[in-house]
Amino acid sequence: MEKTNNKIRITIDGKRTYVTKGSTIVEAAKENGIYIPTLCHFEGADPKACCRMCTVKINNRMMTSCTTPVTEGMEIENDTEELNEVRKSIIELLFVSGNHFCPACEKSGNCELQALAYRYKMLVPRFPYSFPRKEVDASSPKIIKEQNRCIACKRCIKTIRDEHGKHYFAYKNRGQHLEVILDPVLGDTMPDDLAKKAMENCPVGSILYKEKGFDQPIGTRKYDKQPIGSEIENNV
Amino acid sequence: MAEKSKINQLLAQFGYDKTRLMDILLSINEMQGFVGQEDMQNISDSLGISMAQVQETLSFYHFLSQKPRGKYNIYLDSSIIAFMNGREAVKEAFEKYCGISFGEVSDDGLFGLFNTSCIGMNDQEPAAIINDKVFTNLTPYRVMNLVEGMRAGKHIDDLVYEDYGNGNNSDPDVRAMVNNHIRKKSIILKNDYEPYSLLKSKLKDYSPEEVISEIEASNLRGRGGAGFPTGLKWRFGRRTEGKHRVIICNADEGEPGTFKDRVMLTEYQELVFEGMVVAAYATGADIGLLYLRYEYKYLLRFLNRKLAKMREDHFLGKNIAGVKDFNFDIRIQLGAGAYVCGEESALIESLEGKRGEPRDKPPFPVEKGYLGYPTIVNNVETLATAVKILHHGAEWYSNFGTKDSLGTKLLSISGDCRYPGIYEVEWGTSIREILAMSGADDVQAIQVGGPSGMLIGLKDINNLDNSELMKWYKPSGMMIAEKFFDRRLSYSDLPTGGSIIIFNNSRNLLREVVMNFMDFFIEESCGSCSTCRNMPLLMKNKLQKILDGHGIRKDIYDLLNWGKVLKASRCGLGQAAGNPILSSVFHFRHLYEQRIQSLTSFDSGFDLGKATATSSEFVNKKPAFHHF
Repeated sequence: MEKTNNKIRITIDGKRTYVTKGSTIVEAAKENGIYIPTLCHFEGADPKACCRMCTVKINNRMMTSCTTPVTEGMEIENDTEELNEVRKSIIELLFVSGNHFCPACEKSGNCELQALAYRYKMLVPRFPYSFPRKEVDASSPKIIKEQNRCIACKRCIKTIRDEHGKHYFAYKNRGQHLEVILDPVLGDTMPDDLAKKAMENCPVGSILYKEKGFDQPIGTRKYDKQPIGSEIENNV
Repeated sequence: MAEKSKINQLLAQFGYDKTRLMDILLSINEMQGFVGQEDMQNISDSLGISMAQVQETLSFYHFLSQKPRGKYNIYLDSSIIAFMNGREAVKEAFEKYCGISFGEVSDDGLFGLFNTSCIGMNDQEPAAIINDKVFTNLTPYRVMNLVEGMRAGKHIDDLVYEDYGNGNNSDPDVRAMVNNHIRKKSIILKNDYEPYSLLKSKLKDYSPEEVISEIEASNLRGRGGAGFPTGLKWRFGRRTEGKHRVIICNADEGEPGTFKDRVMLTEYQELVFEGMVVAAYATGADIGLLYLRYEYKYLLRFLNRKLAKMREDHFLGKNIAGVKDFNFDIRIQLGAGAYVCGEESALIESLEGKRGEPRDKPPFPVEKGYLGYPTIVNNVETLATAVKILHHGAEWYSNFGTKDSLGTKLLSISGDCRYPGIYEVEWGTSIREILAMSGADDVQAIQVGGPSGMLIGLKDINNLDNSELMKWYKPSGMMIAEKFFDRRLSYSDLPTGGSIIIFNNSRNLLREVVMNFMDFFIEESCGSCSTCRNMPLLMKNKLQKILDGHGIRKDIYDLLNWGKVLKASRCGLGQAAGNPILSSVFHFRHLYEQRIQSLTSFDSGFDLGKATATSSEFVNKKPAFHHF
C-alpha cells in the first residue's frame, strides 16, 4: 500500500504497511493481502467478537481484530505460533461443544468452521467431546434451526431483521445453556428471501432453508477448491 | 398470566421504552412470580421488539423466571463460605421439610428451592434470600421453624428469628437480619464527616477542572479491583462531547466473598451519593444511575428515601449546591442476578434493558457508554473515597498507604477466622497482618480477590513449570500460600477488589474450594465468547478426573495449557474463569501431584465398571473386566 493522506502506518508481524484510517485490523490486513481468520464476523454487520478467532496481540495484550480500529504506529502480532495455537483450540472447543458430523451436514464444503479446522490442521480435538443433547427446531414453515450445529456466532441475530428492526433470532439463556433461537411469531411468517439469506449468512449448517438440500454436490463447493483465507492471500 | 390491562399500565409507566425492559420484567416478576409467554407477547407488541428479544433479556437473569415459582422462594447461597459453615445440612433440612429438591417448585406451589451465587453475606453464612428478605446464620433447626411458619401461611416479616441488625439494618425501611460487622475503621469509615458538607460549602469554590486535578493529585484508583486512575477517567469523560453525560455507580458487587458495598450502602450511602454528585459536577454529567444488585433489594426503599431527601434539600435536581445550571439526578436500577453485570460495559447493557453481555473495547464507556453517551462508571467505594479526598485535600490523603497505592482499602474478610467482617486497612498491609487482625490460626491458604483472584497457601513445592506459567499468567488476585504471607496489598504486588477468604488446614482446597469456584464461573458466564462458554467446564471435568484418582501428569499440563485460551476472552470474568485452577496449580502444585498416578502415562478417565453399573444391577450379574 502506498502512503497517502488517509493512510496510517501499522506493522503486522514485523511487516510495515500503510492502511486506511478508520478501518479495523481485519479490514486493514485484508487490504494488504494478510488473512486473519474470522468466524463470527460478517461484512456489513456490526462486529461483535463472540468467537475470538481473530485474536491478535497488541502490546502483548490479546485483542480481537474485527472490533479494534487501527491506530498510527500500531504493532500487531498475527501469524505466531502462540496465536495459531489459541485459534486452533477455539475451533476444537466449538467442535466438542456441539455435535458436528460433517459427512452428514448439508453445509459440508461451504462450512467456515470445517474450513478453518482444515486450515489449522485439526485432526482429533484435544478436548473430550461433550455430546450435548440439543433440539432441532423445525416449527417455522421456512427454515430448520439445527441446534446441534449452532456455534452461537450471532450472525443471524445481527443480520436477519424485519423492516421495523425486530430480530428474528436472539440468544436465550446464558453460559453453557446459551442458544440461538428463532422468534416463534416472526418465524411463522418469514419471507422467502430472508429465510434464504439466514441460511447463507450462517457460517455452519445450523440454519437450513426448508425443502431443499443443496444445489452443488460435495467436492465442488467453495472450500473444496481452495482453503479458507486464500482468496485474501492470493489477492496481493 | 397477569391481566393485560395491568401489563399495559406498567408499560405506560415506563413510557413504552425498551431500554427500561429490566424494570418491566422485574415488575411483572414481582407481581405474579414469573413472566409468561403471553406477557412476553404483550411486551413485544408494545415495545416494538420481537418476543425472542424479550426472552433474550428475561432468560439471562437468575431471579427472573419464565415459569411460576413458589409462594415462598428460597434462594440458598452457594458460596464456599456457606459450605464451610454447614450449608449441606441446611440444604438437606430445606429439602426434607419442603418435600422437594433444589431446583424444584412444590406441586402445591408453596415452595421453590433454588441455589444462588454469593449474596454478599459471607460474614453471616449460611444465608438465604426468601421473598427478597435475607435470612442469615441458618441452621437445620431454624429451617424447620421457617418452613413450619411458611406452611402456616405467615408473612415473610413474621418469620424473622433474630433481631434486626445493627445500624440502619433496623431502619423501618430496611428491617434486615443483617449485621454490619465493621471491625476496623480508618479514613473512609471514620465518622468525622457531616454528610453533604462538600455540597453545602466547598464545591462551588472549586471549578470542575480543579476537582479533577485534585483527584488526579491524590492518585485515587478504582476500588472495584481493576485500579484505573479515577481522575483520568473523569477527565476522559469530561473531554468527550455528548448531549448528555452519565455517572454510574457500580453497586453490583458479585465477587464471592465481598460484602463491603452492602455495608457502605447501609451506613455510608450519603457519602456514595455525594460522590456521584461531585463526579457529575466534575465531568458535566446530568444523568446518574446506581446499579444495585438484586441481592441487595432489601435496601432499595431505604436508598430511595435517602434520594428523595436529597432532592428536598436541593442536593439533587436543578442548580445543585447553588451552582447555576448544575442539574443532576440519580435513579436506582435494580439488577436481576448476574455476576457479569459487575463488568462496567455489561452493566451498561443491562441498564439499557438487554442481557448483561460485556461490550468490545474500544470504544470505552467514557467515549460511548449508556445510550451512547460518555459514561463514567465508578465503584461504590471509589465515589465515597473521592468525597473524603476533596474534603481533606489530596495532600492529606498522601499520608496513607504506600507510594504506588495511596490511601486505604475496604476488605471483606471471611472464612476461617474469629472476626469476619469489614476492615478498612491502609494499602501496604501484609497478608500476615490481615490474618492477625481477623483472628485466623492454622491457616492453609488465603483467597485474595475472590475466585477470579488467586489462592495463596502454605507451601510452594515443586514448581517445575511455573516459570513458563508466569510468562502469560497474570492473576488479578490469587490464592496464596504461607511462603507469600509477607506480600502486601497494593496495585503493584497484590491488587484486590477486597475479597479475602481464609481457609484453615482442615479444608480440602481442591475438592471443596476450587471446584466451588469453577462452578461459580460456569454458572455466571454470559456465554457470548466461545472460550468462556466452553472451557471452564472442560477444566472442571479434568480436575474431577484427577480427584477421582484417574489423573496422570499430562492432565496437569493440560490444565495449564487449556487455561491459556481463556485469556482470549472479552471480559475479566472470562479471562479469570480458569484462575481457581491455575492459581492452585501455581501455589499448591503438591495437591495435584499427590493425586495423580505417577507411574501411569495413560488413563482415559473412563470407568467401565461404573458405566455399566446400572445394567449389571438389572441383570444381577457382575461382569469380569480385564484390564488392557
